[in-house]
Amino acid sequence: MSETVPKPDELVQIDYRPPVRDWMHTPVQFRRGTFCYAAAPKNLKYLEMPNPRDWQPMDEDWKLPENWREIILEGMRERLEKFRSFRLFMDICVRCGACADKCHFYIGSGDPKNMPVLRAELLRSVYRRYFTLAGRLAPKLAGARDLTVDVLKEWFYYFYQCTECRRCSVFCPYGIDTAEVTMLARELLNLVGCNINWAIEPVANCFRTGNHLGVQPHGFKDSIEFAVDELEDLTGVRVEVPIMKKGAEVLFIMPSADYFASPHYYTLLGYLLLFHHVGLDYTVSAYASEGGNFGLFTSHEMIKRLNDKMYREARRLKVKYLIGGECGHMWRVIHQYMDTMNGPADFLEVPVSPVTGTRFEHAASTKMIHICEFTADLIRHGKLKLDPSRNDHWKVTFHDSCNPARAMGLLEEPRYILRNVARHFYEMPENTIREQTFCCGSGSGLGTDENLEMRLRGGLPRANAVKYVRDRFGVNLLTCICAIDKATLPPLLDYWVPGVEVAGVHELVGNALVMEGEKPRTTDLRGQPLASIQPPEVTHA
Amino acid sequence: MHVLPALITVLLLVAAGYAAGRIEALRFFFGAVVPLAAVAVFLGGIAWRVLRWAASPVPFRIPTTCGQQRSLPWLKHARLDNPATGWGVLGRMALEVLLFRSLFRNTKAELHAGPKLVYSEEKWLWLAALAFHWSFLIVFLRHLRFFMEPVPAFVLALQNLDGFFQIGAPVLYWSGVIILVALLYLLARRLWDPQIRYVSLFTDYFALMLLLGLVSSGLLMRYFTKVDIVAVKQLAVGLITLSPVVPAAVSPLVFVHLFLLSVLLAYFPFSKLVHMPGVFLSPTRNLANNNRARRHVNPWNYPVKVHTYEEWEEEFRDKIVAAGLPLDKE
Ligand code: SF4
Ligand code: SF4
Repeated sequence: MSETVPKPDELVQIDYRPPVRDWMHTPVQFRRGTFCYAAAPKNLKYLEMPNPRDWQPMDEDWKLPENWREIILEGMRERLEKFRSFRLFMDICVRCGACADKCHFYIGSGDPKNMPVLRAELLRSVYRRYFTLAGRLAPKLAGARDLTVDVLKEWFYYFYQCTECRRCSVFCPYGIDTAEVTMLARELLNLVGCNINWAIEPVANCFRTGNHLGVQPHGFKDSIEFAVDELEDLTGVRVEVPIMKKGAEVLFIMPSADYFASPHYYTLLGYLLLFHHVGLDYTVSAYASEGGNFGLFTSHEMIKRLNDKMYREARRLKVKYLIGGECGHMWRVIHQYMDTMNGPADFLEVPVSPVTGTRFEHAASTKMIHICEFTADLIRHGKLKLDPSRNDHWKVTFHDSCNPARAMGLLEEPRYILRNVARHFYEMPENTIREQTFCCGSGSGLGTDENLEMRLRGGLPRANAVKYVRDRFGVNLLTCICAIDKATLPPLLDYWVPGVEVAGVHELVGNALVMEGEKPRTTDLRGQPLASIQPPEVTHA
Repeated sequence: MHVLPALITVLLLVAAGYAAGRIEALRFFFGAVVPLAAVAVFLGGIAWRVLRWAASPVPFRIPTTCGQQRSLPWLKHARLDNPATGWGVLGRMALEVLLFRSLFRNTKAELHAGPKLVYSEEKWLWLAALAFHWSFLIVFLRHLRFFMEPVPAFVLALQNLDGFFQIGAPVLYWSGVIILVALLYLLARRLWDPQIRYVSLFTDYFALMLLLGLVSSGLLMRYFTKVDIVAVKQLAVGLITLSPVVPAAVSPLVFVHLFLLSVLLAYFPFSKLVHMPGVFLSPTRNLANNNRARRHVNPWNYPVKVHTYEEWEEEFRDKIVAAGLPLDKE
């Protein structure tokens, strides 16, 4: 953990009193630890995005194009015409404040501009100035202000301090979704080259190699093979993982972190055991080697550019349908954007589980189902041989990732699975789960080290709910179905609630699966001894 | 910051209305022309706003889901909070519009020592908002008795219900009391709560104070000073039949009431008050979460630059071969 970050008891001294000075005239301060560095020019160049240059947010001069204001205003006009959401959300907020203390960044920082209402007002004030009658005639009375460099800097700071989690939208009486406002604001910022490297670099990598981490075909194959070998060591079962096999029934796409990062990796082991267990005819691809899509944190166009490969590869490999792995924002894209952007998927078939015969009608058009939907259906039909006692060393809770919860409603499937593969499951308080779940604080491309203080602040509500179940029930494992969670929750929990580990749901599935021909299992997929195994008696000679 | 200017503006409007009622030369203008013009601006303005929203397409289906999706048949689906059909959406919208469902979820987050975050129920905003909007509707409907002859039965019924306890003479209408209390609460909350005060603009105070002025002038006329009801009815019927007359017996207080209403109507389409028609168009609420079951079409979906498999294979050919993975083009 970086040394500049204050201790938890210092960080938690949060002052919720707003400043005396009115917000329109309080310029932003770029304080270290609370913002992300600028995108490297090479990445922007590769993607053919505007204004690649060397700069950093704390610089005085942002090296904006000369006509930056016109570019932004023209960009706004265009988007107001293209997105009803945008125009409506600019017009109808009544500033009731119901959303104010719903944002994890506000709760963790006390900065009033992190209240969703004010975050959106940063943009609305400019909208009113240039696009409404009242704002043009009487800017002061209408709450309108000019678009200046200071305002642009403020946008950059606060729209890259929103994880697009949509929690505010649940509470707004008009459904105003500040995540949507942030997405559009970031599009505008991108028009003048104000973007962050932690979002743009994965985008560039993904566009080129197919995945965020820039893993190339041989690397992909190696890590899959490594996993297969390791599974054999752990279970005595050798699974087969067909790579780019034409004519397979299913194309399985997971976030790249699953095959390249920890603890994601144990989730991959879980998937592989599961597919072997039920004899699924599937394949994975080194081209469509990323489920995640940081285009979502960049622009609508970029979502489409990156997501193209899913259907493209499904068509080339002539599979029947797709299954997607554990990843939060990936599922927002698949569920709410993919079919519209990259469809129609009329060359695929409505997903049918080859094991249970269940027809997944709810995915009849998109033809892609979530691995949790697939697994829950298997368990329900009694198709899995499970020994939940193999997860007895875990006292488990479940963190709903923002996107599956609030942009999909995938709430019960993972819970059903967990209750069947583990024997100690505890829910966090109800204001912090399901549709009211709190973000990890690092989503939407903000999970970088230079932004650590802000991430720890934003993650406070989540961590605090974990603390509740840790202290009360002895919970020692937080499960989730999101690759960003798996990367960013471990340091968050280390900081706020030491002693709680993070795992994917399918890691626990993998632990519990009783495989045919397996050797007696003495460890879980992490190689830790199982609780049910008595330590061997030590005999001294 | 913005409270005082808003208060002064509303007081000036009150004074203007009152003066107009006293100056013979202005009575017709303020009693007939202004109200009719205000109604025209209101209707035209709202239509323009709604058409403008409607002119922007909904490129993506982006409901905010607040409950379990409809997926596997044996999982209990949240039909209203995460509707999958048009009927479900209708139910969700009805709950939003009639009962303010989302506002009902409101909680208050507080950080205690430990640290311990506590989320407590906070229903006052919901209650006040609901009380205000429903009373406003009832008061509005009750006013139809001024505009219609004979007075429709439902208006009379509503009136009886509203004055159920028969307190005082003239009978006290509950809606009038509730609306006043609700507005005062909403104003007090805006002033009291440091966060809400911080985000409040002139228009937020102005709207509330305008409504307070409107309501108080109404209450004043009904319960404290006598106004000539017959004359008021003549005026009202004249307005609605577009053959306005302004009888001499219409007192200045009526002018205040009428003028504040006119300002409210004319201001409505150009302010945040358009949330009233706007809520019906909100794409996070009025769309079914059947995204994967039915394709949503984006009218401006344009081709974008992608990295095709062929390009990818070309770029990584050596590595694909070295890894022993299959190639499409040998
Ligand atoms: S809850 Fe909605 S209407 Fe109220 S302040 Fe927030 S965004 Fe505006
Ligand atoms: S989307 Fe999430 S992070 Fe962004 S303003 Fe709303 S609650 Fe805060």
